Amino acid sequence: MLTVTSDQRDAMVATCIRALPDEGCGLLLGTPEGVVAEVVPSANVAASAKVYEIDPRVLLRSFRRADDEGLEVLGVFHSHTHSPAYPSPTDVRQAPDPQWHYVLVSLAAVPADLRSYRIVEGTVTEEEVVVNKVTTAASPD
Amino acid sequence: MPALLRIPTVLRPAMGGENTIAVEGTTVGAVLAQVTQRFPAVKGQLLNEDGTLHRFLNVYVNDDDVRYLGGVDAPVNDSDEITLLPAVAGGAW
Repeated sequence: MLTVTSDQRDAMVATCIRALPDEGCGLLLGTPEGVVAEVVPSANVAASAKVYEIDPRVLLRSFRRADDEGLEVLGVFHSHTHSPAYPSPTDVRQAPDPQWHYVLVSLAAVPADLRSYRIVEGTVTEEEVVVNKVTTAASPD
Repeated sequence: MPALLRIPTVLRPAMGGENTIAVEGTTVGAVLAQVTQRFPAVKGQLLNEDGTLHRFLNVYVNDDDVRYLGGVDAPVNDSDEITLLPAVAGGAW
């Protein structure tokens, strides 16, 4: 199970929309229980509509920050611009860590479809994404 | 004082289970050669057949990606920190 706030969900979708026409991507920092603390957008250094790669500098910074803040790098999100929110064979082959949460954002759907998966030894299992509503306090009149 | 190698979670089971190990060598290539000799199971994840860095491995000396420092020829000094991180990549194919 992956737990995010509605703001974090919106941040992932916004990162992916901004990256168009390329795939968008970023990392998720959080607790071992799968509660996201921070969404870290990354440039897609593959600069492609069909593949993505997290900027290696963002990757290093994220691992260091996670260490400093007592968090973990929980996983990665990326978009599929014209296909469903399901891991492709490339995603499965290149999934670096069986402990990670792999979030897919499909921009082929309106509104964007966001789903999360575990990928262990080539087997893909969808997991629940719990979105906790964040209510932004109204500014005083 | 030797350099320190930081090992990512996914490689730890095949590298003695440690988060960090002390390594010797004056270049990234020499350090990785030493590491693959000690832990032969990870060789294919670190280096290509021709001794160049694996496409899906990021190697950093301190804060710098070694791709911009000469790859396996990047210099390593005493007390440097070398970090290995698998590339995070994929796509719609």
